[in-house]
Amino acid sequence: MSDQMTIFELSNALAQKKISSVEITKRCLENIKKANPKLNCFITINEEQALQDASTADASIAKNENSILTGIPFAHKDIFCTKNIKTSCASLMLDNFIAPYDATVVTKMASAGMVSVGKLNMDEFAMGSSNEHSHYGAATNPWNKNVTPGGSSGGSAAAVAANLVPATTGTDTGGSIRQPASFCGVTGLKPTYGRVSRFGMIAFASSLDQAGPITKTAQDAAMVLQAMAGHDPKDSTSANEATPDYLATINDTIKNKTIGIPKQYFSEILDPEIAAAIEETIKVYENLGCKIKNISLPHTDLGVAAYYVIAPAECSANLARYDGVRYGYRCKDPKDLEDLYKRSRSEAFGEEVKRRIMLGTYVLSSGYYDAYYRKAQQIRRLVRDEFIKEFADVDFILTPTTPTCAYNLGQKQDPAKIYAGDIYTIPTNLAGLPGISIPIGFNKQQLPIGGQLIAPHFNEQMLLQAAHQYQQQTDWHLQHPQNILSDKE
Amino acid sequence: MDHKFDAKRIAHLASLSLNETEASSLNQQVDKILAAIDKMQTIDTTNIEPLINPLDYNTPLREDEVTETDQRDTLQKLAPKVSAGLYIVPQVIASANEDK
Repeated sequence: MSDQMTIFELSNALAQKKISSVEITKRCLENIKKANPKLNCFITINEEQALQDASTADASIAKNENSILTGIPFAHKDIFCTKNIKTSCASLMLDNFIAPYDATVVTKMASAGMVSVGKLNMDEFAMGSSNEHSHYGAATNPWNKNVTPGGSSGGSAAAVAANLVPATTGTDTGGSIRQPASFCGVTGLKPTYGRVSRFGMIAFASSLDQAGPITKTAQDAAMVLQAMAGHDPKDSTSANEATPDYLATINDTIKNKTIGIPKQYFSEILDPEIAAAIEETIKVYENLGCKIKNISLPHTDLGVAAYYVIAPAECSANLARYDGVRYGYRCKDPKDLEDLYKRSRSEAFGEEVKRRIMLGTYVLSSGYYDAYYRKAQQIRRLVRDEFIKEFADVDFILTPTTPTCAYNLGQKQDPAKIYAGDIYTIPTNLAGLPGISIPIGFNKQQLPIGGQLIAPHFNEQMLLQAAHQYQQQTDWHLQHPQNILSDKE
Repeated sequence: MDHKFDAKRIAHLASLSLNETEASSLNQQVDKILAAIDKMQTIDTTNIEPLINPLDYNTPLREDEVTETDQRDTLQKLAPKVSAGLYIVPQVIASANEDK
């Protein structure tokens, strides 16, 4: 058994009884123990439960009562409530929180027979792009220990890139699946808003948040999305859309499909090495018979401005529940109720979270609501509508995932500058569209480069077909960082 | 746009407390962020309907029936301080014989 095996390969090996889930899970747990001191991608490891679940999976397989995902180990971003297991959101505020119920995503993946091995590090409350804003310390990039894995699903991307588990769950509000997938050289899919239930997924920005898989390949992403997706009456924003069979259509030809290339994503801020990798990617798609069309998304740069009003505004409302009263952190010896609220929140939230709560509170405050929040929602409609207009003439859109590759940990950058780095991923969240990041190359420092595909609402099949067929022509997704699982540095 | 971001005032609204250094640092950081956000004012959005939910869905309704079960004991196991089914916080209302 190789640590580099995909879910598709592991599933076949399990079905042919060449290997057991207990063996695979034990191997994952050994690798996690070896690598986690370097990568810091796991917050909690559930060894005993994982081995029990693996054993149950093996029994199912023996009776031929399994699904294609039965017995596959994976891990959840620590934003999903997992019953009786610590669910921290990488925050001191929830350091003592043992979730009393399972998120719908957790229930669905368990029902598919997948084996959860633990909970993954992230930026606190999903706010950040580097996994440095975690109460449990930064996660590191398996390609270079001095470099960020991205965020907020940094632990999720790092764990897959390091071959610790073949799949993880992440969440994406402004790019938090796609950007770390890009920085770590793995495949990360943000489904259409409403495709995957948000019940039990700790809320950051309710009109933007969406859960999705991070895997080594698009084929694996199709398998995991199949388990995660579906209408949930417990989530009032869950779309009442039937879930297609993603694997069944993944090899459908993309010949004669038209790919839109938006000029606004290729400005002076884009690293020339990334631009060159996109040019090569276009050639691959042309060889697959696709047509290329230059398109225009003129409100792209306004997307960042609108996002950094809407997301903090919604976060300030969603994080108001953390008040030290019913669960989570409470300060010592509060002298009155106001002191209890203020000190509990100030002591337990990190700097980035407090900054966004403050920004959100301001843009919603009396006298500023129309100029900021209402204006941002109007711009949101313009951003969404220009995508819909272009999708009348193109089947999917290709862009870089990020303007630069992963940067060094510990850089004390201006928050406004860091926020600007989300420019290529944010519009997709504002519009509610599905987007996937796939590895398309490496820069001179051997850091991964990611390319993003965006499709119309509820057309994840298009993304998976296009990503899978690209991966059948290239081998960027088959590259793996060295020495993670050895004692060498 | 004329920004009146006052970190101490906003912190009070958000139930956060800041010391002087934190307030000063936040004022500077947020001013820069707001300057970037001001880009929004460069375009005319008259008659554009705000988009709240990206799919423009209306909230689905269901029958007005009780579907939740009583889970108070389970949920209160998570609480910092409970007594007789109540969440305990510092006294809010002064007693009758306390000086105002």
